[in-house]
Amino acid sequence: MAKIIGGISTSHIPAIGIAIANGMQQDPYWKPFFDGFPPVRKWLDETRPDIAIVIYNDHGLNFFLNKMPTFAIGAAAEYRNEDEGWGLKTLPPFPGDQQLSWHLIESLVNDEFDIAICQEMAVDHGFTVPMQLLWGDKEKLPVRTIPLEVNTVQHPLPTPARCYKLGKALGRAIESYPENVKVVVVGTGGLSHQLDGQRAGFINKEFDLMCLDKIVSDPETLARYTIHDLVLKAGTQGPEFIQWLIMRGALTGKVRKLHSNYHIPISNTGAGLLLLENAA
Amino acid sequence: MATGRPNSDDIPGTTLFDGRQSLKGYALNHMCYSFNKAENRAEFLRDEDAYCAKFRLNAKQREAIRKRNVLDMIAAGGNIYYLAKFAGIFGLGVQDVGAQQTGMTVEEFKAKLVAAGK
Repeated sequence: MAKIIGGISTSHIPAIGIAIANGMQQDPYWKPFFDGFPPVRKWLDETRPDIAIVIYNDHGLNFFLNKMPTFAIGAAAEYRNEDEGWGLKTLPPFPGDQQLSWHLIESLVNDEFDIAICQEMAVDHGFTVPMQLLWGDKEKLPVRTIPLEVNTVQHPLPTPARCYKLGKALGRAIESYPENVKVVVVGTGGLSHQLDGQRAGFINKEFDLMCLDKIVSDPETLARYTIHDLVLKAGTQGPEFIQWLIMRGALTGKVRKLHSNYHIPISNTGAGLLLLENAA
Repeated sequence: MATGRPNSDDIPGTTLFDGRQSLKGYALNHMCYSFNKAENRAEFLRDEDAYCAKFRLNAKQREAIRKRNVLDMIAAGGNIYYLAKFAGIFGLGVQDVGAQQTGMTVEEFKAKLVAAGK
């Protein structure tokens, strides 16, 4: 049977991809952020997951307002990275796992999560930056990937409670997969940031640190926040934290924090990193 | 009935992109979404008037684009994720956009972000 070996959460800011492309990881501005990742890469080298389920939000590449699913999942053989409007060099396609995709779809819909099914999906920095941070040191990506996309563009956004429950359903779906594969669940985005309005540049360190702590030991409390609470406390883009809650919900075993990092600012964001082990 | 619909009235300097904003801003956001493609960015730069007309921007949206004013674009229904693609045409990132919206220089805006970490 499939096994969920752990969960990882990281911010997914476009500027990180640019810093990687320009080899700026050891610049004073970037160092405190990138120095958080070697322990996570070491853990990945040791545990060697076969598949990464990557929970992220599209920022207007694959989805537009004409058709905006609340939750969507990839069922493609590979996922293309495309120009998001800034003319950056695109990354090679990310391999998928269609057999597991369809298993997850069957299981989630049976579990009353009626997710949009995408046999083609272009992935933006929300997906690609975490992949680069976690496996960018490898010549060839050692995992197959399945994107799970969440609407954080068009309000109403799904509630944190709903997202946490989706995570639980995702966990059940993965663990009922009959193949012997090791799965890591990656939740991306956050932590506090606000790009738009006169309040642009809002960051809330105290709230971010509380979230980083509570998501390990008491995710139910965080799942009780409303989206309005998250906007108020963590900025207009702060609700991306719901993707961390999906990740956390999927970990149904004994959860232990192995590593975390937090740094302000990366671009306009309080950048968080978390590695959780999910023991049987 | 209380739907729990987010209302940004009590959050200063913040406009939530809800249904009302989305209805108002569809044409503007649609145009900015098209800027994912390099050929569309080039077409905009070649003839801005024609490109805005093609997407049927209303007068407020057209004026906000003409003035390159992000707060006016948001007031006209713009969503920041699509507007970021418009800013990208001019090589501007989220810190440039943040500085414009807060009336700061980019250096002042960056200093404010650093201060948030103290």
